[in-house]
Amino acid sequence: MTLAETEPQALNFECETGNYHTFCPISCVAWLYQKIEDSFFLVIGTKTCGYFLQNAMGVMIFAEPRYAMAELEEGDISAQLNDYEELKRLCLQIKRDRNPSVIVWIGTCTTEIIKMDLEGLAPRLEAELGIPIVVARANGLDYAFTQGEDTVLAAMVNRCPDKPLAAEGDKEERNAITKLLNFGRKKEEIATSESEYVDHPPLVLFGSLPDPVVTQLTLELKKQGIKVSGWLPAKRYTELPVIEEGYYVSGVNPFLSRTATTFMRRRKCKLIGAPFPIGPDGTRAWIEKICSVFGIEPKGLDDREAQIWAGMEDYLQLIRGKSVFFMGDNLLEISLARFLIRCGMSCPEIGIPYMDKRYQAAELTLLEKTCHEMGVPTPRIVEKPDNYNQLQRITALKPDLVITGMAHANPLEARGINTKWSVEFTFAQIHGFTNARDILELVTRPLRRNTELKDLGWDKLVREEAKV
Amino acid sequence: MKLAYWMYAGPAHIGTLRVASSFKNVHAIMHAPIGDDYFNVMRSMLERERDFTPVTTSVVDRNVLARGSQEKVVDNITRKDAEEHPDLIVLTPTCTSSILQEDLQNFVERAQIESKGDVMLADVNHYRVNELQAADRTLHQIVQFYIEKARRKGDLPTDKTTKPSVNIFGISTLGFHNNHDCTELKRLMAALGIEVNEVIPEGASVHNIKNLSRAWFNLVPYRELGLMSVQYLEQEFGQPYVDVTPMGVVETARCIRKIQSVINAQGANVDYEAYINEQTLYVSQAAWFSRSIDCQNLTGKKAVVYGDSTHAAAITKVLSREMGIHVVLAGTFCKYDEEWFREQVSEYCDEVLITDDHGAVGDAIARIEPSAIFGTQMERHVGKRLDIPCGVISAPIHVQNFPIGYKPFVGYEGTNQLVDLIYNSFTLGMEDHLLEIFGGHDTKDVITKGISADSDLAWSKDGQAELNKIPGFVRGKVKRNTEKFARDRNIEVITAEVLYAAKEAVGA
Repeated sequence: MTLAETEPQALNFECETGNYHTFCPISCVAWLYQKIEDSFFLVIGTKTCGYFLQNAMGVMIFAEPRYAMAELEEGDISAQLNDYEELKRLCLQIKRDRNPSVIVWIGTCTTEIIKMDLEGLAPRLEAELGIPIVVARANGLDYAFTQGEDTVLAAMVNRCPDKPLAAEGDKEERNAITKLLNFGRKKEEIATSESEYVDHPPLVLFGSLPDPVVTQLTLELKKQGIKVSGWLPAKRYTELPVIEEGYYVSGVNPFLSRTATTFMRRRKCKLIGAPFPIGPDGTRAWIEKICSVFGIEPKGLDDREAQIWAGMEDYLQLIRGKSVFFMGDNLLEISLARFLIRCGMSCPEIGIPYMDKRYQAAELTLLEKTCHEMGVPTPRIVEKPDNYNQLQRITALKPDLVITGMAHANPLEARGINTKWSVEFTFAQIHGFTNARDILELVTRPLRRNTELKDLGWDKLVREEAKV
Repeated sequence: MKLAYWMYAGPAHIGTLRVASSFKNVHAIMHAPIGDDYFNVMRSMLERERDFTPVTTSVVDRNVLARGSQEKVVDNITRKDAEEHPDLIVLTPTCTSSILQEDLQNFVERAQIESKGDVMLADVNHYRVNELQAADRTLHQIVQFYIEKARRKGDLPTDKTTKPSVNIFGISTLGFHNNHDCTELKRLMAALGIEVNEVIPEGASVHNIKNLSRAWFNLVPYRELGLMSVQYLEQEFGQPYVDVTPMGVVETARCIRKIQSVINAQGANVDYEAYINEQTLYVSQAAWFSRSIDCQNLTGKKAVVYGDSTHAAAITKVLSREMGIHVVLAGTFCKYDEEWFREQVSEYCDEVLITDDHGAVGDAIARIEPSAIFGTQMERHVGKRLDIPCGVISAPIHVQNFPIGYKPFVGYEGTNQLVDLIYNSFTLGMEDHLLEIFGGHDTKDVITKGISADSDLAWSKDGQAELNKIPGFVRGKVKRNTEKFARDRNIEVITAEVLYAAKEAVGA
């Protein structure tokens, strides 16, 4: 990470007013409570926070979620009530009802403004309750949408054990039993277990992904002889990976810059700065970068990538030569734009809430390279965009596809502009070779749908040329 | 602090935004952090709104925290004034700005100097009122603002319309079946020979507010929105109002009779009895339904009703008075309106529950074990868990409660819709029950679970584990595809890797 000076010059960075629509970062509890199975997320905020979660998560709210609001009342705001006692009361209730392995406190705008010392209260309460309490300040004053996950994971980095639990022998034994059970199976399969891997320093990956995607990416690296020693977050809080000084870490999502920084500064890990494994081009570059750090010659990637591209040809035909405009709300924009440009699209503008040029350096380089290779102009990258100005530009540019939040999607469709709801990219499985087609499934859906409707002659459905 | 998983009424600013964005050419600017503009998503999604929601945010971020908003709010107001020329900009405080205690009124006054349109600060305290109370207050505030403005300018009309006329209050964006109700009310007024002077706030222009006084009376169909405004108008102009919700046959008749007396008092001389009789007996099907055999089967069945005060009270009366159903419990989350609610429903149910704790409602339902529930989306899910059918009669609601088809709850067509809703809930419950008694439709067990039961392929442990992660409804298909893939390539053991290789090869 010494890449500040190698930052690509040809990309054009701008910064607008920050008046854009995105989800509040507390939304990260929606996917994190599902990922970390033994956790409980307590959002300490107001009715506004609760209302957002309740509506944004739709049906999930009814599935007995392992999250709740600690709803602040007037007495809490004016400090008539004691924060410590109040939180203790609620956490005791959670412990009694759910018995989680960890309670994650999500600090909100309100706790920031009234300066509630969550980081100070947590260790005291943790000692008293006997349950780890992790504090993440995922508030709308500082962060946007997916950055919420970043604050939670950064807080969890500090909780990763620094040496393996003394259960090594036990593990061997279980292995032995497995070997016994495998008796009679083909011999190669048994031999593969350890010798398959090249000897390299431990590698820990970070970023919350659905379990099938974790398996896919782990297997992908296994093919190159790279062993993934752990993953943050793991399925359970009690299974957080061991982190020792000198371990290598690599991020799988573009919004994890605080987590990366925490790994480097607090745990003395080495960050492998690579493009993110989104799209076959990104996945390949990600694997190549990890291989190169470990001095491994990657094998079979050419074929593998070509195969994936070939498998997507039907979708590529739909989008080649078309233009895509990212309004920006979830920080996946750079990687998605890079992939779509490789697919043959052009991209006039990439809006993005926050641009960490150091953490995303390799991704930005790849974006620039991709633009040159595909012969399209480099996009303007607009940090903290202004939605009103963007709508003016969209009206002028008439892009074939706008990737945007739900607040603008229907009004744009009514004006004859194809849109794709950006939040779907955060919840869909988009990482690795295997899921590249799923990204295009999302991207082409509005185009396919609107092609079906094209001949009906009703693509503009607002009366006057409405002001935007 | 309160441990909360679910809330029935939203925060105060939602109410203000609902009223502001219902008016035509009124823009709301929230003083809020990034992400608080979720209202725009709800309006765009739930109402499938074609236009951009006229709500923007003056963002509160770290800098604002450190130095105050300074020029930011004023700039945002004047900018919006120049961009879209709204008639009115409503500066909307949120929970965040409530604690910052910035002098928003001062910002409004400064912005007003440079703005062509009007600027106002919504006067709602986030920690004291909820969405519904805030909506009522904001509507009152806007009405008062424009009445006083007209009075100062001296162009407040003093005459009444020649024919009897009405203002319909309380129709708003994101209201439960509000637009259908509005259509039905207009039809009803037309049938009664009453002109609709203004509908407030949905689709209204603030310039027309000064004309409100021309109507003979005001109609407030919902308890939650509009009462403050019509009480103000009564005070100012002696303009009477009718606050009987025309929901159900009996209440619709009562509402019409009240209208009759109100306009006859002003010299109209109308008699609506014949109309009520004709509609009740022959046009609405509800009265006939309550005599039919179907409804006989519902006699004495137990029901629980819960929702906002308007809908919960009206449905309780319909169930009990018009269909002979035994309402064990009627409840509302409008705690601030407890007295009115108790008075309305007490003679029609065994117990009254005033709470906004969904757990208490769920527990009550579990204890009572009714044959049907009439409640909000939350009660629908309680019903799912307990296997009790539920008809949704009140917000909070989901996108399926914004039907495209014509589904009013008020007026005579509304009585028909209610019959369907109520009857369908109960029969479904009956059917379920019968199926259970007789052990389902199929009397024989299904023997094989999948088509490829005789597979010669072995699944490794990790392969099987991955397969199990795939959602049940596609698992069979994935299994077959993978096995075909393996067979084609002479792979004998299917591992997780093979599974994903097959997925890639099939391209799905």
